[in-house]
Amino acid sequence: MSDLPLIQADRAVPPPAATTTTRGRGRRLRLLSRTDRVVITLMVLVPLLLVVGLVWLPAAATVLLSGTDWDGIGPLGEIDWVGLKNYDDVVNIYPPFVPAVQNNLLWLAALFVVATPFGMFLAVLLDKELRGSRFYQTALYLPVVLSLALIGFVWQLIYSRDQGLLNALLGSQTDWYGDPNVNIWAVLFAAGWRHVGYIMLLYLAGLKGVDPSLREAAAVDGSSEASTFFRVVFPVMRPINIIVLVVTVIESLRAFDLVWVINKGRNGLELLSALVTQNVVGEASRIGFGSALATIMLVVSLVFITLYLFTVMREDRR
Amino acid sequence: MSRPRSQAEYLARLVPPSVAGLNRRSLLAGAAGAGALLGTGLLAGCGSDSDSGGADAKTVSLGSNQSDPKPKDVIAKVMDGFKTSTGVQANINTVDHNTFQENINNYLQGKPDDVFMWFAGYRMRFFAAKGLAGDLSDVWGKLSGYSDAFKKASTGDDGKQYFVPASYYPWAVFYRKSVWQQRGYQVPKTLDELNNLGAQMKKDGLNPIAFADKDGWPAMGTFDILNLRINGYQFHVDLMAGKEAWTSDKVKKVFDTWAGLLPIHQPDSLGRTWQEAAQSLQQKKSGMYLLGLFVAQQFNNDEQDDLDFFTFPEVDSTIGAKALDAPIDGYMMARKPKSETAAKKLLEYVGSKDAANITVKNDPSTLVANTGADTSGYTALQKKAAELVGSATEIAQFLDRDTRPDFASTVMIPALQQFIKDPKDISGLLTSIENQKKSIFTS
Repeated sequence: MSDLPLIQADRAVPPPAATTTTRGRGRRLRLLSRTDRVVITLMVLVPLLLVVGLVWLPAAATVLLSGTDWDGIGPLGEIDWVGLKNYDDVVNIYPPFVPAVQNNLLWLAALFVVATPFGMFLAVLLDKELRGSRFYQTALYLPVVLSLALIGFVWQLIYSRDQGLLNALLGSQTDWYGDPNVNIWAVLFAAGWRHVGYIMLLYLAGLKGVDPSLREAAAVDGSSEASTFFRVVFPVMRPINIIVLVVTVIESLRAFDLVWVINKGRNGLELLSALVTQNVVGEASRIGFGSALATIMLVVSLVFITLYLFTVMREDRR
Repeated sequence: MSRPRSQAEYLARLVPPSVAGLNRRSLLAGAAGAGALLGTGLLAGCGSDSDSGGADAKTVSLGSNQSDPKPKDVIAKVMDGFKTSTGVQANINTVDHNTFQENINNYLQGKPDDVFMWFAGYRMRFFAAKGLAGDLSDVWGKLSGYSDAFKKASTGDDGKQYFVPASYYPWAVFYRKSVWQQRGYQVPKTLDELNNLGAQMKKDGLNPIAFADKDGWPAMGTFDILNLRINGYQFHVDLMAGKEAWTSDKVKKVFDTWAGLLPIHQPDSLGRTWQEAAQSLQQKKSGMYLLGLFVAQQFNNDEQDDLDFFTFPEVDSTIGAKALDAPIDGYMMARKPKSETAAKKLLEYVGSKDAANITVKNDPSTLVANTGADTSGYTALQKKAAELVGSATEIAQFLDRDTRPDFASTVMIPALQQFIKDPKDISGLLTSIENQKKSIFTS
């Protein structure tokens, strides 16, 4: 890289602080001019304000609101504090809650065990420079690019019980979207369909970055294709693997769009995110109750975020 | 590698040689400026986006939820009529029907249009009580042609009027005349006759009653009509208001009766939209369908004459079969319209028989609320529907308009779907509804 000589040149030259030393009678040298400090302060402050205002304050407000029974109408002064009643209701008398937690876990398991490995597998295949690999890449990545409304519509055409493609082909009468024992799998298939393309692209980019000499060395040492991948390529790709893992967890926690397009997250397709939206966003406006659900979701996410940060920081310390 | 000794040095390293010629300070300042600009732009974007509509009384804005092509066209024609008659221009902001409904809280608390479209029922009274709607008592003083039932449906809890009815449609059991003539089916008058008819249709290879509940609300229509037939209007209203217990034997009987009827309903309803169910009726695969008059939208023009209906049969002879769901659509005024005179002028016009006449002429799938309107243009189906509603002793609005929306959408939709999935555990389901109802209605 060309910045190496730059650094060495810098080392030879004394710190570029001539302008500040003439004025600065303080004990230590001021290395930054006033403009620099203003600019840097601004650059820290603006993003900080944005993050605090758009992320932390709403999150804190959600936690606070989860202790109230606000219905979204009227001044804030009219909000009544109800303590932990919303949490009590969520756990004890709200029937969709337990299926939602189960479905979220199922979603995570399905993406982690099936979709992600399959996406990685496809990436490895495409990395072999097959003929027409561009075409496969595009075809597999297309679902990620399509708009959600369109995806919901496409799958509605396939899964519809009376008029759908799948039942017409199979000659069956399966109620793909309506039968609560079947619909979650139907949706997981559609979700996996998107997820595979996403992971494939991420992983393919990673594979292209692996130094070819490593593979050559392994081949020279007589390593088979499979063991080259598992013993050499896979460990080298550790940063990408971590990204893929994080993407998978995030995707399953924020899974929402498909079930919402299909039936607004009801009848076997309950997900925590859909329940939050049902309660908060729609006409229902059970802000307090929905906030309690959102807080539960936040706590679950925090567990994964903490685990991730813990791993990454341990990595850095090494 | 050596660490930079100062921040300036560190920053200097980040600048690639290709742009090093550029003054880095101005570059950084520019980036920060762009960030700040983006920030304020975002925040400003959250505020008002249009202040058009004008402060003068020559224009008035209307928030319309009539997003389907035909009703949208009718609204445009009514507003043209308004302009010709008063000289005031009405600007229509059309929003998708469901989106409008889901955003109504934010809409009304933000900067709503001067006049907006809404429904009669609990939700209208709720907004009136919260001070989010304008008092229209003086407009009602100038309106004529409305029956007392409509005036009552337009009145808030404080006895003032907040709503101008425009149109309504009844819920009934629809069928195709040609199919019934061919097979010799008779309109059932009692529950037993309905069950027998259903059994006969099954034998003939039809789905007796088309049914769909993927979206959650159509099954509310079935619950409403059964509750009205079994327990009567007053009990229904009290149940919706949270005053009666869902665990009572009366409600249990509704679900028991429904469970008895489920075998003659189209199976797998939870994956089907009402449009698909209506098409099964249209394609002569189903014998009948309990739905609103809007079912006609799924029929071709030349099939409209083949469509007929009857009101849901009697279950209890002491209650009769005179009550029904007939939701009323209409107009309300924002709490602080930009020009109250113009807004009231518009409301007066949409409540007039002139506006009703325009609607009759252009839309065959709805009935107008104003009895002064010239209804000679009604189709046979419309005439019959108007007679049905006219002869009704009591009119309910529909479950999600008659009760708290949070209760309807977050409790009743999952509960009814649960019932359709598993009709056996009725008491467990009713206990769950009652527990949630207590929690919601006390808050």
